[in-house]
Amino acid sequence: MKQAAELLQGDKLHGPRSEPLKLRWYRKRTFRNELSAYLFLSPYLLLFTLFIVIPVLAAVGLSFTYFNTVQAPKFIGLQNYVNLLTQDSEFMMYVLPNTIKFALVVGPGGYLLSFLLAWLLAQIPRRSRTLLTLAIYSPSLTASVAMAVVWLIVFSGDSTGYLNAFLIKWGFINEPIQWTQSPHYLMPIMITVTLWNSMGVGFLAMLAGILNINPEMYEAGYIDGIRSRLQEVWYITIPSMKPQMLFGAVMAVVGTFQAGDIGVQLSGANPTPQYAGQLISNHIADYGFIRYDMGYASAVSVVLLLIIYGFSKLAWRLFGEKDGER
Amino acid sequence: MAMASFHGNKINPSRFGLGQLKYFALLVPIAAFMVLPIVFIFSQSLKPLDELFLYPPTFLVHKPTFENIDRLLSLSDLTAIPATKYLFNSLIITALVVSLSLIISAMTGYALSKKQFRLRKSLFEINTIALMFVPTAVTIPQYLVVERLGLTDNYLGHMLPLLALPVGVFLIKQFVDQIPGELIEAAQMDGAKDLTVFSRIVVPIIKPAMSTVAILAFQLAWNNTETSTLYMSKETLKTFAFYLTTLSTGIENNVAGQGLAAAAALLMFVPNLIIFIVMQSRVMDTMAHSGIK
Repeated sequence: MKQAAELLQGDKLHGPRSEPLKLRWYRKRTFRNELSAYLFLSPYLLLFTLFIVIPVLAAVGLSFTYFNTVQAPKFIGLQNYVNLLTQDSEFMMYVLPNTIKFALVVGPGGYLLSFLLAWLLAQIPRRSRTLLTLAIYSPSLTASVAMAVVWLIVFSGDSTGYLNAFLIKWGFINEPIQWTQSPHYLMPIMITVTLWNSMGVGFLAMLAGILNINPEMYEAGYIDGIRSRLQEVWYITIPSMKPQMLFGAVMAVVGTFQAGDIGVQLSGANPTPQYAGQLISNHIADYGFIRYDMGYASAVSVVLLLIIYGFSKLAWRLFGEKDGER
Repeated sequence: MAMASFHGNKINPSRFGLGQLKYFALLVPIAAFMVLPIVFIFSQSLKPLDELFLYPPTFLVHKPTFENIDRLLSLSDLTAIPATKYLFNSLIITALVVSLSLIISAMTGYALSKKQFRLRKSLFEINTIALMFVPTAVTIPQYLVVERLGLTDNYLGHMLPLLALPVGVFLIKQFVDQIPGELIEAAQMDGAKDLTVFSRIVVPIIKPAMSTVAILAFQLAWNNTETSTLYMSKETLKTFAFYLTTLSTGIENNVAGQGLAAAAALLMFVPNLIIFIVMQSRVMDTMAHSGIK
């Protein structure tokens, strides 16, 4: 009787595979499996929790407090967010517009540029492709600190600076320009430099994606009446590499918001001269590590994370596979 | 059949054809433009002092010399700590970060792809969302965590925060996905334990993906300045990348320092370049499977 009940239960749980002995073995095996899975995962889960999950949660928690790192955090509710929206004139006047401008040019710009370059590279034979890919990717291999050295020398403010000397020699200007200290030029320089090394992992993924499209897809397309390169790209290339396009897009969004350091590195100051190159990430560092208002800085961090998440969702909507297509 | 002319040029062509000239005409100038700063780093770091002072400044070096690199490596008057100490720190930290994060990412990617457990799907989704967590956005709480764990002024403070690499786990998981489950089951039938399956079967197959993660981890650790700035107060514990930032402050008005800073930038760049050249075919192999589905 008891056995029958067990049998019945086993049936309910796992379908009709139900001698008790086999069931017990099966359960033991799945338990073992789970255990070994977690053993494999444990180092990552531990570090991931410590250095990613907890910081993100802590950022959210701290954003509701006043915290100057000396005294314990004091709960102040939504005050930081209210201040961000109503009191922080630098944020509203410079930081947010700068970030939007920077992100709109560098994000889609860098993304289109990396797709275009990847597509062009796919049209030429392997050997020359490898060489040109390396050349185009090389700025991305360079640490941003090393890049800053180059740009600081090129954009040096006196007449011995490379750009100034060049422009003076060709008669475009008479007086040297203080490139990196000038609120007028800082942002364009930041955008140029960031575009320069925006060929990151996403670019490599897109290149690989294009190269791996089955040639038969193109043949089929020609039979279906595709009549130009543009149609080919639009109807075959892009749809065939949607997963790589999405990965590239997410990486582009992250890269764009990560690139904030460059303004501070170039101008050598945080805040940048007249807030000309101030981006959200600089604003966070300014409040967190210069003014020691960690609560407020955390609130700005949360806003930044939400913005990034929003843009990534947008990318998902554009390139994510629909559930039915899988 | 009337084929339009553009069909003649195929994607991923096996050899050169005249029709490809237009692509070269676009690509070569762009590539040259992209590579200019790198050429500049090389040239500037090899310039003797008198060439650095030339007016108007020259782009290319005329009489290359290793003076700057020599001076950099023997220099100690700037901070009383020789550059080699920073270099040594960077080498140790980078080597450990690369090897540990590789092991961790591979184990995690394997488990997420081939192990059956309840949280499998949600963990992978969380990891994919974590791809978007920009480190700068969590610098502050991360700093607090590091401080609480007592990792300030400790080599571990350089390393531990870099070891959880969501992109690495993501790339490896996507790559492991193509290993047929039957292969692993067959090995298990023959009595192979989990660790054997992982090290004898999975790891050899996913080597391309591991090389790619190695490059990413290398760049992350080698180029890293944040942990030095935020977590280390002792100068002797800081990294070479950080040291480079100290050299680059004020170089706009310090021509002699430019050669030195360029030499340091060169030392930062060359390892990145060499590793990428050696592993580039494996990287492309991995990237073919890198899509988010």
